[in-house]
Amino acid sequence: MTLKDAKCGTTVTVTALNGGGAIKRRIMDMGITKGVQIFVRKVAPLGDPVEITVRNYELSIRKADAQNIEVA
Amino acid sequence: MSIKIALAGNPNCGKTTMFNDLTGSSQYVGNWPGVTVEKKEGKLKGHRDVTIVDLPGIYSLSPYTLEEVVTRNFLINEHPDVIINLVDGSNMERNLYLTTQLVEIGIPVIIALNMMDVVKKKGDVINVKKLSEALGCEVVETAAVKGIGSKEVAEKAYTMAQTKTRTVPQHSFGASVEKAIEEIGNLSRSFVPSEFARWYAVKLFERDSKVLEELHFTKEAQDQIKATIAACEAEADDDSESIITNERYNYIGKLVTKCLHKKNPGMTVSDKIDRIVTNRWLALPIFAAVMFIVYYVSVSWLGTIVTDWTNDTLFGEIVQPAVGSWLTAVGAAEWLNSLIVDGIVGGVGAVLGFVPQMFILFFFLSILEDCGYMARVAFIMDRIFRKFGLSGKSFIPLLIASGCGVPGIMASRTIENEKDRKMTIMVTTFIPCGAKLPLIALVGGAFFPGSPWVAPAMYFMGILMVIISGIILKKTRLFVGDPAPFVMELPQYHIPGAKGVLIHMWERGKAFIIKAGTVIFVACGLIWFLSNFSWSMQMVEQDQSILASIGHFIAPIFAPLGFGTWQAAVTTVSGLVAKENLVGTFGVLYGLADAAEDDPAMIGEFAALFTTVSAMSFMVFNLLCAPCFAAIGAIKREMGGWKWTLIALGYQTGLAYVVAFMIYQIGSVLVLGQAFGVGTAIAILLLAGILYLMFRSYKPKSEQSLKGARLEA
Repeated sequence: MTLKDAKCGTTVTVTALNGGGAIKRRIMDMGITKGVQIFVRKVAPLGDPVEITVRNYELSIRKADAQNIEVA
Repeated sequence: MSIKIALAGNPNCGKTTMFNDLTGSSQYVGNWPGVTVEKKEGKLKGHRDVTIVDLPGIYSLSPYTLEEVVTRNFLINEHPDVIINLVDGSNMERNLYLTTQLVEIGIPVIIALNMMDVVKKKGDVINVKKLSEALGCEVVETAAVKGIGSKEVAEKAYTMAQTKTRTVPQHSFGASVEKAIEEIGNLSRSFVPSEFARWYAVKLFERDSKVLEELHFTKEAQDQIKATIAACEAEADDDSESIITNERYNYIGKLVTKCLHKKNPGMTVSDKIDRIVTNRWLALPIFAAVMFIVYYVSVSWLGTIVTDWTNDTLFGEIVQPAVGSWLTAVGAAEWLNSLIVDGIVGGVGAVLGFVPQMFILFFFLSILEDCGYMARVAFIMDRIFRKFGLSGKSFIPLLIASGCGVPGIMASRTIENEKDRKMTIMVTTFIPCGAKLPLIALVGGAFFPGSPWVAPAMYFMGILMVIISGIILKKTRLFVGDPAPFVMELPQYHIPGAKGVLIHMWERGKAFIIKAGTVIFVACGLIWFLSNFSWSMQMVEQDQSILASIGHFIAPIFAPLGFGTWQAAVTTVSGLVAKENLVGTFGVLYGLADAAEDDPAMIGEFAALFTTVSAMSFMVFNLLCAPCFAAIGAIKREMGGWKWTLIALGYQTGLAYVVAFMIYQIGSVLVLGQAFGVGTAIAILLLAGILYLMFRSYKPKSEQSLKGARLEA
């Protein structure tokens, strides 16, 4: 499963990051690394992006980018 | 001895507040060389020999974003004496990630553990001593918003600079990574300054493209480095960049568990606010209400009052007559009087009239930004705007532009991504501003009397042009590339500090006033000269002027658009001073001085000169083409140079020409029943071309080259 499919209100753990280069680095720089827990807070009113809590702060991420994050 | 101290930290960590606190009014705001990233410098209060440089807010020191590269280059090339690293105490994990990178550079670092007021209010406890030992640098608790601790950090940094205290990074990576870094360090030793050895070794391990470009290794050394990295990657089954990032966060994770004792993880006030503000059903109505208030106060109500007062009373009744009578009293020549009073005071005055309105707008924008709502605006609107290559935050510039393009363009400053920002600046003035309304009213009155749809149709056309431009430009070489993901922090809500908001507002307003004093000043003087003098340097009426002869000369350019008369050409040029001039100039050229757009004589004259189709084309061209000098000045200011300013103006005028051409050529056939001609054929081809540009598929080049680079490496 990827972060894109994770349900609102659930907590998931990152298992792998796909993609490479700038996108992957940026996602990791923001604290989304292997093993970290992510709480899916909500989806924006128009359906995209999603708001997550990671490492104790709030982050907004587009579903297209969330697709690169594999979670369990 | 002059000392340079750099302020570094994440966005939203209170860096600007501390910078303001430390430097007071001695700030100098400019751009980093060659880029549009803002650079701020100031002198430390009480120490004239200490310069403080406010670095861009960044999360990391990767080679991928402009802000991060600017910061890296500054730190390495200009070697500040000390780095003050602001760390948001209420958000330590992510903030310390940058810290682990900063301490590696080799420049002394002191940490300002900021937002301690928030931390304490929450009841959390941070063990500062442990933190300081673990990071290898001094940690000072601060609360910049309340002015607590800032001075202390600066004084300590000053002492560090004088005693040349060194910072030794205390964290280390896993054994195999350290071994690889050491090997790379040995290979690169002779290429890099010794104090930066560790920084370069880590960056080389990460295969940092910018560092690889900078250092010129022999083929053998390169191969050795590659082999070292590859061996380590094989062992960890991950790429080297990810290995480093992972290890940094693992280290911080452990450190934070040791040093931070959280009281309770319950819901904060900020969480409660956010639940309502970005709620699925309430978010859009709240957004609409906030936008309405900002627009109503800064454009419709208070904004109009102050702008009218500045234009009509301050400049119209006080400054202009005063300067005029003073010049008459000292016996200045009539032409000089006219140049100064009508040309310069009138022209610059018309521009400065926007200043109070802009201050009001910037006041609101500063509040929205400081309190954290602006990030939510991007969150709410992202879905719509990213389709056109814009940011969710582009909504605000576009909305404001319907009042006036100048503050609209300036409002684009809140957009972090450079491409989104440039795109927004380019399309903002397509939305008809208040000054263009008289023209719309004139055309409407002359050709569509009583019809309520002309003005709405023009707004709709403006929005359509924004969308079309976004779709087309997104696929051009100017904007393709940089597949930066949209991962954006949603900062905690907090009450903005009055001082910060006021400084913010003042800085932006000041930037515009300076622009008005230079570019706009010269441009207004020039247009005045051209429209009041003949080639033989005699003062003449406008229809005998140099501008009129230029009008005759350039009129043929507009012939394919249906308004190839010199009057129409001169009118269009005069619109550059201020779009309000369009109707007035038109009146003057036809001997209808002081005619307004609703004057029957004016409407009759206008209707006689144009057909429905050519009037439409004339109006559309003037609505879309290069904006007034004030807006051009704002574009130059925000684009950070002439190159992009000219690209923007060229695109706007080009698009205006093409659209007006299509309206006239196709309209003549469809509406006026004229014969299908060469022009019509060209217009249809142009239309097809636009549709092609909109719907062609494209592949971002840089993504491919990035992949290529990875494979090579």
